[in-house]
This record gives sequence, structure tokens and C-alpha cells, in this order.
Amino acid sequence: MYELEKNNDNTMTLNMGPHHPSTHGVLRFILEMDGEIILSVKPDVGYLHRSIEKIGERVTYPAFMPYTDRVDYVAAANCNVGYALAVEKLMGIETPERAQYLRVIVSELNRIISHLLMTGVLAMDLGAYTPFLHAVREREKINDIFEILCGARLTYNLATIGGMPFDIKETTIRKCLEILEGLKKFLKEFDDLVTNNAIFISRLANIGVIDKETAKAFMLSGPNLRAAGAHWDLRKNETYFLYDRFKFDIAVGSGKAGTLGDSYDRFSVRMKEIETSISILEQAFKSLPSGEVQAKLPKTLKPPKGEVYVRTESARGELGYYIISDGTAKASRIKIRTGSFAAISILDKIGRGLMLSDLVAFMASLDLIAPEIDR
Amino acid sequence: MEKRDHIETREEYRTKENEVQEWSAYQKLSDNVLFTSLDKILNLGRANSLWYLLFGTACCAIELMQTGGPRADLDRFGSVFRPTPRQCDLIIIAGTVTLKMASRIKILYDQMPEPKYVISMGSCANCGGLFDLGYSVLRGIDKVIPVDVYVPGCPPRPEALTEGLLVLQQKVKNEKFLVKEKKSI
Repeated sequence: MYELEKNNDNTMTLNMGPHHPSTHGVLRFILEMDGEIILSVKPDVGYLHRSIEKIGERVTYPAFMPYTDRVDYVAAANCNVGYALAVEKLMGIETPERAQYLRVIVSELNRIISHLLMTGVLAMDLGAYTPFLHAVREREKINDIFEILCGARLTYNLATIGGMPFDIKETTIRKCLEILEGLKKFLKEFDDLVTNNAIFISRLANIGVIDKETAKAFMLSGPNLRAAGAHWDLRKNETYFLYDRFKFDIAVGSGKAGTLGDSYDRFSVRMKEIETSISILEQAFKSLPSGEVQAKLPKTLKPPKGEVYVRTESARGELGYYIISDGTAKASRIKIRTGSFAAISILDKIGRGLMLSDLVAFMASLDLIAPEIDR
Repeated sequence: MEKRDHIETREEYRTKENEVQEWSAYQKLSDNVLFTSLDKILNLGRANSLWYLLFGTACCAIELMQTGGPRADLDRFGSVFRPTPRQCDLIIIAGTVTLKMASRIKILYDQMPEPKYVISMGSCANCGGLFDLGYSVLRGIDKVIPVDVYVPGCPPRPEALTEGLLVLQQKVKNEKFLVKEKKSI
């Protein structure tokens, strides 16, 4: 438990969470307040510590795959394929080309629904409930695609080491393209409803400005870093899964509503990334190669002694798996590096001086998610 | 003596008139008046307005949100979310409960007004589920608070949660509150 510090008698200690509608799961913040102004933010993490990393030492390599779903349940497919890639690199397995394309497809589909949820929840935290319903409506459609592909709606378990356990059919591709067309229309509608809304802009612009240097110093990654103006996307800078075959631009914050790196930038970067993902998906469906989706592997996987760190671009930033193998069927250590944990550390630095209601907007724009922080 | 069948006494006439009046009144009101026991009518209201707490601990929370969303639409069963436990009849434990979180959930449950109900959603809340191997996870929320309905799945589909709510409604409808309590000896 935290030892609460009392600086002087005029300040008030406010407890926010672990049950709070806008903390996105079970997070707790101990706020030192002077009236409505925040003097300090102390995050208290660990309410969702499910000992995933420790379980990784107790189960075999393929059996850890369902646990990676639960590292980030909103973008579970990205976590699956990231883990599969790490073990493959450790063992030196070549994945078939079609499987790599499938992995790109599921990652981008999942990135879309993750960002949809984030934008909907951000609007809900600011007091607008309708955009959330619109976002969930679109999200359900892509959930259906995942259901056709792997049978699950939220926690997919859709990668095996060495490939994918399923193949995609022509009918599914056609349905997918239809949904993407609908999604483009929805994005325009959403822009009219939310993105260009004057109230929405004034709640987010110039709130929680993170400049490029601070973002780098706090190890922010993913959309939060890109919103600060940094051209850094692992899909492009450290390409994996044949991402180099697709043409896409990195969405970077522009500061068009206020300052570069404010909460509105973080929101609009995610809206742009949905469009980027749609274009990558369309290219991937067009150039999908035929062939096997699973490499041939021995029955029990025993990677050689050694260690590996593989990072991929998840919806919440850099998702890295650090695996130490001792030559047996179980890993000696699995460490997971997530984007949200880096993002929560910046709350105290930027949160000081904000109003309480702005902290909610700032927190929602960082797209924190509790299991990624606690694991 | 002449027969006086057609002539009624005053009392007879009055009772007959009353009967006619009652009958016509019954006919007029039969569409709008229901005769039932007080327990049943109270339970009908309670069962169709189960307000749940906006609270999710882990993955199931996303499915809970989507159950409240436009497709599954929990609103049509009278269930809407409330952000504070003091306005809730129902708490849906959506997701893994860690040992650190368990005592906080107990506090939330204690803050809810009676009568209160609990739905345990998903394998983790039922029994620990996938995280049975872990060292920091409570194996079943029923070790902390009493559970009315268990919904299996990891995570359960919105349809499964809706079914769980309907089962709970059935339970609420069969409860009796207005019965004299037996004196305990």
C-alpha cells in the first residue's frame, strides 16, 4: 500500500479508482489536489496482476499462446502473432508466406477494432454516450469476421508457432472487403459527429501536451509517440511479417487543433491509423499468395539455449517479448514489454497542473488498458 | 293465491340491480385490472429493472460493454448500467479477480442496497479459469461474495450473458418477501 504524503494542510488527497468508470478497468490513482487543480498523480498498479509472466515459466511454449491473448484483450491478435514471431526467431523457423500475410490481416483487423473502442470510450469519458454505441456497432461486424476465422470474438488464440491454424476463404475475403467499405463511410460519419465537433475539440486541444523529447524520455511508443511528432513505426522502421511489401504512410500528429502532441493529436492519429489499416488490408487481400499456412515442426518444441527479444507494433505501442530458453520445453523466463506501462508513468509528469476533468480526457487519450500495465 | 313470480320484493330487486352494476363494472375494467398477489406484482417490477454496476475487472468487461451495446442491447430487458453501487441491484463480476482486488469487490458489494444479486461472468470469476496456475488470482468470486448465476465461457458471448440475466430474472420473480418470518427457536 501507498504511504500518503501530506505536504501542507490546504491540499486534499483524492482517491480515484479502482472502481471508477473512466479508469478503463481496475486502475487506481491517488491524487493530491488543490481545489480542482492536480498537484500530483500517483498510480497504484497491480489490481489486475494475473502473474502471466510467471505462468509462462510453468507451461510449454505453445500452451502459453492463450495467455498472450489476455495480455491485451482489446488487441489480442497482435499479442498472439508477436509471441509466435518471438518463438520462431528463437527456434529459427521459417513461416510460410501465406501465413505471414494472414498475420498481417489479423493484426490490422484487430488494430482497427482496438482503435474503434478507444475512440468510442474517449468520447464516452467526455460525456458523449452516442459515439460509443456507433463505434461498438462497427466493432461487432469485425468481431464477426474473427468469429468466422477462428471461432472466438475477443480472445482469439489464433496463431500457432510456425504459422496459422486456419486459412481464409474467398467468401470471407469478400465479406471483409464489404465491411471495410462500410467502415470508410462510418469514418466520415464519425468525423462529422465527433472529430470536428467544437465541444469535443475544445475538451481535448492543448490538454496534456507531450513533446517529442519527453515522449522519448518516458519510452512512449506507438500512437502516443507518433502523436508527439516522431516518425517511428515498427512496421516500417523494423519491418516484420512482410510489412515492407505494403505501401502506407505513418500517421503523425499535426497539432491542427492546438499544440503538437496534445490529447486531440493522439485521438486523430488513431483515426488516421484506422484508415492506414484499411488500405493495408485491401492491399493484402489483393496480393494474398497461395500455399501452406503452417510450417512443419517437431511434436515437442525445444528451442536451443539462448535468448531473444522481438518487438512488434501493437495497437498500444511497442509490444516486446523477451524469452530466455534453457533448452527445455518450458521457457526459463518470459518478459513482456507493453506500451501502456510506459504510458502510465508519464501521468504524473504531465498530469500536474491539469484540472481533474481534464485528467480523465488525458488518460483516455493515452489509451491505457489495465492488463497491459499489470500483466 | 295468485302467482307473483314477475313481481320481486324490494330486497330481491336491489340485489339484482347490484349484481348487474358489478358485472358491468367488471366488464368495463377487465382489460385494465389484474388480480394478483402483492409479491408477484412487486417481483415483476424488480425483475424487469435490474440495474447493474458499470464495473469490469478484465477481458469480460469488453464483452459486458458490447452486451450493453446496440446489437445485444441489454436495455430491452430493463437493465441499464449505473456508475455507483448505491443505485444498483446487480453486480456483474466480469473478469479475473485478483487477491488485491477481492477485498475491494467486497466493499463494492457491501455498498449496494438490499436486495442485491451477483452474476459471475466467465471462467475466471467462476473458478479461476485459465489463471488457476497463477499465484495472485482468486479462484472463484464465490469465496468472497454469494453468487446467484454463473455464466460459463472465456469470455462468454453477449448472448450467454443475456441468458444469464434472464435466468436471474426468473429467480427474482419467484422470490417471496411478504411472508411472515418464522420465529427462530
